[in-house]
Amino acid sequence: MMDMLQQFIQGVFGPAWPVVWNLLKIVAVVAPLLLGVAYLTYFERKVIAYMHVRIGPNRVGPLGLIQPIADGLKLLLKEIIVPSGADKWVYLIAPGLAIAPALAAWAVVPFADGLGVANIDASLLYIMAIASMGVYGIILAGWASNSKYAFLGAMRSAAQMVSYEISMGFALVTVLMVSNSLNLTEIVRAQDHGIFAGMGLTFLSWNWLPLLPMFIVYLVSGVAETNRAPFDVVEGESEIVAGHMVEYSGMAFALFFLAEYANMILIAALTSLLFLGGWLSPVGFLPDGFFWLAAKMSFVLFLFLWFRATFPRYRFDQIMRLGWKVFIPVSLVWFTVVGVWMMSPLNIWK
Amino acid sequence: MEFKTVVFYFLSAILVYAALRVITARNPVHAALHLVLSFFSAGGVWALLQAEFLAISIVLVYVGAVMVLFLFVVMMLDINIDRIREGFWNYLPLGAVVGLLMVVEMGAILGSQYLGAAEAQVPQTAAGVSNVKELGRLLFTEYVYPFELASVILLVALIAAIVLTHRGAKKTKYTDPAKQVFVKAADRIRVLQMPAEKQD
Amino acid sequence: MLTNFVIPDLLPAAPELFILAMACVILIVDLFVKSKARTLTFALTQLTLVGCAAITYMTSTGEITYTFSNMFVDDLMADLLKLFLDLTVIVVLFYARGYIAERVSMAKGEFYVLVLLATLGMMVMISANHLLTLYLGLEMMSLSVYAMVALNRDSTQATEAAMKYFVLGALASGLLLYGISMVYGATGTLEITQVAQALAQGAVNKTILVFGLVFLVAGIAFKLGVVPFHMWIPDVYHGAPTPVTLFIASAPKLAAFAMVIRLLVNGLFFLAPDWQQMLMILAVLSMAIGNLAAIAQTNIKRMLAYSAISHMGFMLLGMVSGVVGGDARFALNAYSSSMFYMVAYVITSVAGFGMILLLARAGFEADSLDDFKGLNKRSPWFASMMMVVMLSMAGIPFFVGFFAKFAVLQAVVAAGYMWLAIAAVLFSLIGAFYYLRVVKLMYFDAPLDETPIAAGFDTKLLLSANGLAVALLGLFPQTLMYLCAVALVRSL
Repeated sequence: MMDMLQQFIQGVFGPAWPVVWNLLKIVAVVAPLLLGVAYLTYFERKVIAYMHVRIGPNRVGPLGLIQPIADGLKLLLKEIIVPSGADKWVYLIAPGLAIAPALAAWAVVPFADGLGVANIDASLLYIMAIASMGVYGIILAGWASNSKYAFLGAMRSAAQMVSYEISMGFALVTVLMVSNSLNLTEIVRAQDHGIFAGMGLTFLSWNWLPLLPMFIVYLVSGVAETNRAPFDVVEGESEIVAGHMVEYSGMAFALFFLAEYANMILIAALTSLLFLGGWLSPVGFLPDGFFWLAAKMSFVLFLFLWFRATFPRYRFDQIMRLGWKVFIPVSLVWFTVVGVWMMSPLNIWK
Repeated sequence: MEFKTVVFYFLSAILVYAALRVITARNPVHAALHLVLSFFSAGGVWALLQAEFLAISIVLVYVGAVMVLFLFVVMMLDINIDRIREGFWNYLPLGAVVGLLMVVEMGAILGSQYLGAAEAQVPQTAAGVSNVKELGRLLFTEYVYPFELASVILLVALIAAIVLTHRGAKKTKYTDPAKQVFVKAADRIRVLQMPAEKQD
Repeated sequence: MLTNFVIPDLLPAAPELFILAMACVILIVDLFVKSKARTLTFALTQLTLVGCAAITYMTSTGEITYTFSNMFVDDLMADLLKLFLDLTVIVVLFYARGYIAERVSMAKGEFYVLVLLATLGMMVMISANHLLTLYLGLEMMSLSVYAMVALNRDSTQATEAAMKYFVLGALASGLLLYGISMVYGATGTLEITQVAQALAQGAVNKTILVFGLVFLVAGIAFKLGVVPFHMWIPDVYHGAPTPVTLFIASAPKLAAFAMVIRLLVNGLFFLAPDWQQMLMILAVLSMAIGNLAAIAQTNIKRMLAYSAISHMGFMLLGMVSGVVGGDARFALNAYSSSMFYMVAYVITSVAGFGMILLLARAGFEADSLDDFKGLNKRSPWFASMMMVVMLSMAGIPFFVGFFAKFAVLQAVVAAGYMWLAIAAVLFSLIGAFYYLRVVKLMYFDAPLDETPIAAGFDTKLLLSANGLAVALLGLFPQTLMYLCAVALVRSL
């Protein structure tokens, strides 16, 4: 039945089929992702509200479930204002440059064994490369707005993102060292065996335990990299209004918003894949599958929101100090420790 | 025409356009942005040649790190490009003649040999061999010496950058009680004799 | 997968490994040095260089050894040049120390580390058997030197010099890389010995190779500082702080000589007729412009810069006379005369710039010709030392400079380039004028400044030894000549 259907569709599109098939796959990833972004905002408001002993959005639709749609519609209908003196082209391109990397990185993320848009060997490198481009949207927005608040925000963000990329990169390098691969699928597969996995306790064989310092470094750097609280001095509404987005309105603003949340989900997915065993089930007797990945991502996302509700904002020099003087030395040391560990007879990753 | 060829010409056209705009754009930030675009397109061309590691590294290193810092600097500079360009038209004839001469000379020397270069074959990678893995193996075995040398050069650059920009970490102002005690009135106050001014 | 990999033999590269390890150690130790004079850093640096020289001497086998997948070569020429290099840097640092300690902006431990890393770069160049490592060594050296020139960052002159040096140096590196890529395109290899083999077997596209050769020679010419790639030399020598000038004027010349040998002789010897023509033009132009322009200078650092250009031109004469009409009989002799010239020049030049440092003190640079007026009245001993240096540079018998010139001219005449020899002698005669002018200023003019010479005892002692070496090597040049000849015979 499925084969016949596939043959029929292939017949319809002819030689253009691979292109169409890839486009379909992209839509299949991006559409749920954008939906996820929308409901992440809802989730965020609810979670933080309950942590503040409030109720949160509950007016639009049952339990306020239509709220994100209403917000989206409102932004869609608003006018995009270009400030006078702004560099119009760059100003309008910047939101696109912010969202594009956030979506493009998903091309190599596997959702279950063999399920993903593309499965390339250098997928980890690809993610690092694409993620490093996210900063363009922000600094260009800041520069093109012709406003000092926006420019200050852009400066802060560029410095912060470049700094935390280094420790994140080191965390990734240790992961790829122990997995002996740059391929995300292989990295997850490398986590399903080990001493504890043999006893049925797979979750103790995941990378988070032997690489615990790197796991923490990666998670915290991930928060800083997405400019989320407590590292959100980039927006710092009490000091520089809203940083790089201060002049944006309507859909252009919505794109920055989307990019931030898409990046959060991406970091959550990567954390789950690299350190929490991806789609692997935590115990031996349950089957593996996508729902495990979804559960782990939700957990990491919940951590993001929890941080926001709990910690006061860092001062900028404290952020820099944490990045350069704590995380980079810690990751360098652990990097060496893992290297020596792998060469010693106690190597557990053979 | 194969799909790959179409992609190649598409990327190359963007690359050439972006490279041209780098030197013709009047706004330095636009020039830098076009440089980013040209790096990106070059990465795309390399990816077509199955050099995915090279392609990703140019994006990671140049687009992701170098150009961000570069853009940073360019944004803070207040360059009046028109004033820099003032001499341009004066020097253009001479520059054009020299450039043209060099092109003609190169053409005369190389002549036909290079026209055959288009037929050169790109070696096909065997299936099951990972480009990145092989590169890594070579870098850390056969090419370990130049690899380490390159890292020492980076160390030199690091030291040089710090020594040329770092102006000492001391920023806090503090009082030194011992010095305060030793101060005499004569160190702080100078009494001047001035002739009385006439009032009119 | 790793079964076919053998850990390379590290012994031939022991001096390089030692110097790198020590540079890192000194970098960290310096963090804890509190004294402004940086005595500990200085002592460690000197010990490193002495240790490096000792290791070079002890591990020298006299055989040609390759290691690191044939990218590194250790032969007698390399060992000899490295020994000279270490010695030169040791002397340079002794001269430089007082000057640096007196100037706040330069009194940093990084100066010593950068010197060590530049030395490492030069050693890598000397031992390069691969175009890639040659280039990397060159960059390592250049990058350290650019930073050293700019070290006195509050001086506009120094930063301007550094900027010029950096931009032109980057251009030269670009030319060199372009040439290297052409050689690679023509021969399909970057390994210098394999390039030579590919050429020997023929079947190489000579047009591309000659095209690349032009760029290689341009790159080399820039690093040597010969006309028409000399523009940076006067500005950088003048603008850089004197200790850095002293360093640039000495040690890198040895490395540049090694680069000439490795690239042109080891690698592209079959193209000798082609590159000899190019070098000949460079040599004649350098001698002419260097000597003529030096006459007009009032700043002694600038004057010595132009003198350096003319000396490099003279040195190239030896490289030009290797192969005559396909006959390479005199090649070794000619190249060893160049090597001898280079070593002799470095010894003399170190003493010359050392004299400027000797006269300098806090807030006073002593880099004008007028500052040398009446030196005889202030210190007859050092005036005589400076005279020895100047006479040696002018090529007056019987100082080491004379024998260096003599050896090169002998090679030129043996190769049959009589007109070249006559031109070289004529330009040397012109050059003698400005060297002798310094002697005249020292002995027949009244001093403008009666301050006694304030330099430390070690500097004075070493400078005297250096001056005496110039004189003594002039009386007994055979040993050094013999060393150079043997080194080249055993290495090529």
